[in-house]
Amino acid sequence: MKIKKRWYALFTVPLMIMFAIVVVIPFCTGIGYSFVAWNGLAKSEKVFVGFDNYIRLFSDTQFLTSIMRTTVFTLITVVIVNLLALAFSLLVTTKLRVRNAARTMLFLPYLIGGLILGYIWRYVLGEAMSSLSEMTGMTNIFFNWLTDKNFAFYAMIVVATWQMAGYMMIVYIAGLESISDDVLEAARVDGASFFRTLIHVKLPLLMSSITICLFLTLSNCFKIYDVNVSLTGGGPNNTTEMVSMNLFNEIFTKSNFGYGQAKAILFFVIIGIITLLQVKVTKDREVEV
Amino acid sequence: MKRRPTLKVIMNAVVVIFCCSYLFPVYLVIVNAFKTRAELYENILAPPKSLTLEYFYAALEKMDFIMAFKNSIIVTVISVLIIVLLSAMTAWMFVRADNKLSALLLNILILTMLIPFQTIMMPLMQEMNLLGKLLQVSLKDSLGGLIFMYVGFGAGMGVFLFHGFIKASVPVSLEEAAIIDGCNTWRVFWQIVFPILKPITVTVAILDVIWIWNDYLLPSLTLTSIGNKTVPLAMSLFFGQYNIEWNMAMAALTFTIIPVVIFYLICQKYIIKGVAAGAVKG
Repeated sequence: MKIKKRWYALFTVPLMIMFAIVVVIPFCTGIGYSFVAWNGLAKSEKVFVGFDNYIRLFSDTQFLTSIMRTTVFTLITVVIVNLLALAFSLLVTTKLRVRNAARTMLFLPYLIGGLILGYIWRYVLGEAMSSLSEMTGMTNIFFNWLTDKNFAFYAMIVVATWQMAGYMMIVYIAGLESISDDVLEAARVDGASFFRTLIHVKLPLLMSSITICLFLTLSNCFKIYDVNVSLTGGGPNNTTEMVSMNLFNEIFTKSNFGYGQAKAILFFVIIGIITLLQVKVTKDREVEV
Repeated sequence: MKRRPTLKVIMNAVVVIFCCSYLFPVYLVIVNAFKTRAELYENILAPPKSLTLEYFYAALEKMDFIMAFKNSIIVTVISVLIIVLLSAMTAWMFVRADNKLSALLLNILILTMLIPFQTIMMPLMQEMNLLGKLLQVSLKDSLGGLIFMYVGFGAGMGVFLFHGFIKASVPVSLEEAAIIDGCNTWRVFWQIVFPILKPITVTVAILDVIWIWNDYLLPSLTLTSIGNKTVPLAMSLFFGQYNIEWNMAMAALTFTIIPVVIFYLICQKYIIKGVAAGAVKG
């Protein structure tokens, strides 16, 4: 089909201009900002410092700790979310009468959104826990999770899991439903047990769903910000501060715009490497049917 | 396989109990929103003895919920509408005018989807300040500016999903027939192509609604005046106070959860399909 140039322009230019202004230009100028020292005020001078901002990153213990913490958080959460989501998806693709209701209920948390979820759990793990401990006197079972540095970190894992498990369940369901009944029937006729069918038939056929879910959970966990703000605020004593919050504070609270932007660029590089690597590794294991 | 009916009943019951306890935090918030202060400290688990509405009125007033809700609706609806229309138009052109420029732009759109928002938030704010000064309009503290930014951010996924759908399942022969009948390109798109795009339009719209409705970071950077607050921002102001009054906080949370639940129950089928399709194609 032959299309005239003016139609091409009319259809594509508006969106492309908005996209360029909002995404492309800031990304490019952002690289520039990472080479200057600047406090963010229009009247202050931007001083070119070369790679100093990047060199400084490697001696910033709070930043390095937040990267380590986020990595540990991501690894644990990714494993739990995917195992749970897989279990949920197997549960709701059975012939149980309540399967649809279960699907609906398990997916709900994802729709509520990170910030609000964090506030809900701040009540549950903070106020409600304290109140339960007073009521029952069982202070070693019920206590305020958010004031204990280990449990505040576990709280982050719990809430992130609660948010994402239902979402990933939906993706796994789509994968399970695309497995043909013939294959499952064949496995059944051969006398394969539930677990053998799961491990040798379903999981290999689910590899493309697994690729998608790992990609989504990895990047969502590493970028986590909303839940961090609303649940723990990085506390107690910065022990739950994740990378996103660290770089946000560097720029907008401490007003180190250039240095903070260097963190932001490194953040992009890390996420890019992790996710591309993961996609490559799991894609290689996908089987063609 | 023969299974005794009682076993089936038990299995169903176990699943129901599990799912209900999974949503226990939501129950806790809603139940406690209806309690008086004394009741709240007496037993947080029990259902309320009577429905106390006083904290709902207080929360409604304090967080100016109606205003925040209105702002959220405006921003979400208009942004999603523009994203859907412009992405569909752009994607269709990219498929039909299959040249080097289209391929390049499509690749840039897809690759930039990997950039986390945190990487561009600061330079974007600087640029919006500058642009606002040049054009003599407020791009930062305005709903219009926020919508503009959402469209820019939504472009990548929108064009990507529409492109895949059009390439796979919109036959060019239909369009050619219409052109022979004397339709111009504009009418061909809106009267022939766009109606066929309905399934993927629903997917894009659902994914964008979930994202924009719940987004906190971008509005927290741009919207500063009280009259412009969206729902997540109003909540964060509420919880940012030093002493949180929990009765009112529960009522406020209930307010924010209920519209989501209603929306979910009405469009459940589309939401689950849309989310699955979006993830699988993404």
